[in-house]
Amino acid sequence: MIQGISIYHFLIVSSLMFFIGIAGFIIRQNLITILLSIELILNSVAINFLVFNRYLYPDQLQGHFFSLFIIGVAAAEASVAIALIINIYRRIHGINTDDVNEMKH
Amino acid sequence: MDFQYILLLKHEILLTLAALIILFVELFLPQNKKRNVINISLIIFAIVAFAGFIPTAQGNLFGGSFQGSRLTDVMKDILNLAVLIVFLQSTGYLKKSENADKMGEYFALIIFTLIGMDFMISAGDFITFFIGLETASIPVAGLAAYDRYKRKSAEAGVKLILLASISSGVLLFGLSMIYGATGSIYFADIAKNITASPLIILGFIFFVSGMGFKLSLVPFHLWTADVYEGSPMNITAYLSVVSKGAAAFIFTIVLFTVFKNITDLWELVMYALAVITITVGNLFALRQDNIKRFLAFSSIAQVGFVLLGIMGTGALGMTSVVYFMLVYVFTNLAAFGVAQAIYNQTGVETISGYKGLYKTNPKLSLVMMLALFSLAGIPPLAGFFGKFFLFTSAASHGYFILVVIAALNATISLYYYLLVVKAMFIDKNDKPIAFFKSSGLMRVSLFITALGIFVVGFASGIFEYIMSISSSIF
Repeated sequence: MIQGISIYHFLIVSSLMFFIGIAGFIIRQNLITILLSIELILNSVAINFLVFNRYLYPDQLQGHFFSLFIIGVAAAEASVAIALIINIYRRIHGINTDDVNEMKH
Repeated sequence: MDFQYILLLKHEILLTLAALIILFVELFLPQNKKRNVINISLIIFAIVAFAGFIPTAQGNLFGGSFQGSRLTDVMKDILNLAVLIVFLQSTGYLKKSENADKMGEYFALIIFTLIGMDFMISAGDFITFFIGLETASIPVAGLAAYDRYKRKSAEAGVKLILLASISSGVLLFGLSMIYGATGSIYFADIAKNITASPLIILGFIFFVSGMGFKLSLVPFHLWTADVYEGSPMNITAYLSVVSKGAAAFIFTIVLFTVFKNITDLWELVMYALAVITITVGNLFALRQDNIKRFLAFSSIAQVGFVLLGIMGTGALGMTSVVYFMLVYVFTNLAAFGVAQAIYNQTGVETISGYKGLYKTNPKLSLVMMLALFSLAGIPPLAGFFGKFFLFTSAASHGYFILVVIAALNATISLYYYLLVVKAMFIDKNDKPIAFFKSSGLMRVSLFITALGIFVVGFASGIFEYIMSISSSIF
């Protein structure tokens, strides 16, 4: 727990990060930037878990462990996603969302 | 800890061994005998699938993180069976020359995702649940992009991984709120402390949105048709049956155990989701010509029906969901099997291309007709009984209007299923698909699925068995 900084400060930051991530996912055109937005979302969740654990339930470790797992899984996800984006780049020489709209309703 | 409790993990251990053995076998086979890896994998996986039926102990492992019961065993056996049928059907695809250097990975990746699903179904806390969910969804993106030289397949892979990641991000955001409100990540502890406080309601909404992506419920369904169309057809079958089945199972389990005390709240959400999922799925299926997109929207509508079973809560709800998924495995894989047999031989994947199929390939047309009638829920077939129990489950809690809406939608669905049947049996075509003989394993798989469509409906012992084990839990 940090003196002078309440839980609300952390939660505001993490909520902002989450919604910036969602907005970025929707607005951004570049597939890599979309991936960055997803990382932002996952990191906001990790902050949430850590803060809830530290401020509300300081005698346990469940939130800490959860955030460790989130970081690990986020790395795995990012690597697979980048591999697939590189594959797209090799096919069509572009990684904008407008390039990957061959299938539509 | 007793040794016998390790046997609770029997599905997971066997599958891990199978995947590793397949990878090593492919590594050490000489170059000119690489094709044998298909048959070896099939034999190994068949052994694993049947070994899963051996009954073992029940209980918890790792301080409640892993729960093994006869119900989870039944769910895992259903998934194993479905994957076995998918493997039988995918031999034709794997024998194509462009896949010669990546046959072992195909089996290994699917088995790894299956391990993730098994852990997810047996989860007793949200960490195991999350790890299982991710293990089940990350490699699938690689599988969707398996035809990596085709633009559509590469596109499907990217769409799947990005949407799967954001959906798990949303789901985790909800879980973090539930953790903040209840102070635990264990299902049992959360269930004790949960109340309808604002934080929990918000967390629950995020959780449902995240799971909605995985299940392709309607406001979150837009990825489904694109990914299904772009992926190779056997992967589409896998996505629509196995991935969706596992997600439906764990969604039901979490709603029935963790969110038991706020049932009033989530039944309202499920009501709305069920109505729009069934309706939108049906309406969009009407206008599809590509068979993969068609089956994608039909599977969206079918998941909407599953929500009706979830509304019932308790043992009847659980049983109806598991039973429906068993029926759905046979039914949907029969339809995909026929579509794959035709696609592998001729490259046709449109409904208008199926015109006059009955004249040239009567057996395939008959299996397809059985599958589509079962999907629509025509009485003597298994699909009818699956839907019947889902409706019973919802009606037992007094949701009669919902059941009426669902029944009306089942009628609409009959229209577009019959369009395919009409194309195959009635429509005239100057150049129908020529007669061909599909591979032996494909015929075996079609025989199994056709048999399943008949037998699962009439063998009432299956439903009673699932009912007896689920009423001992819920």
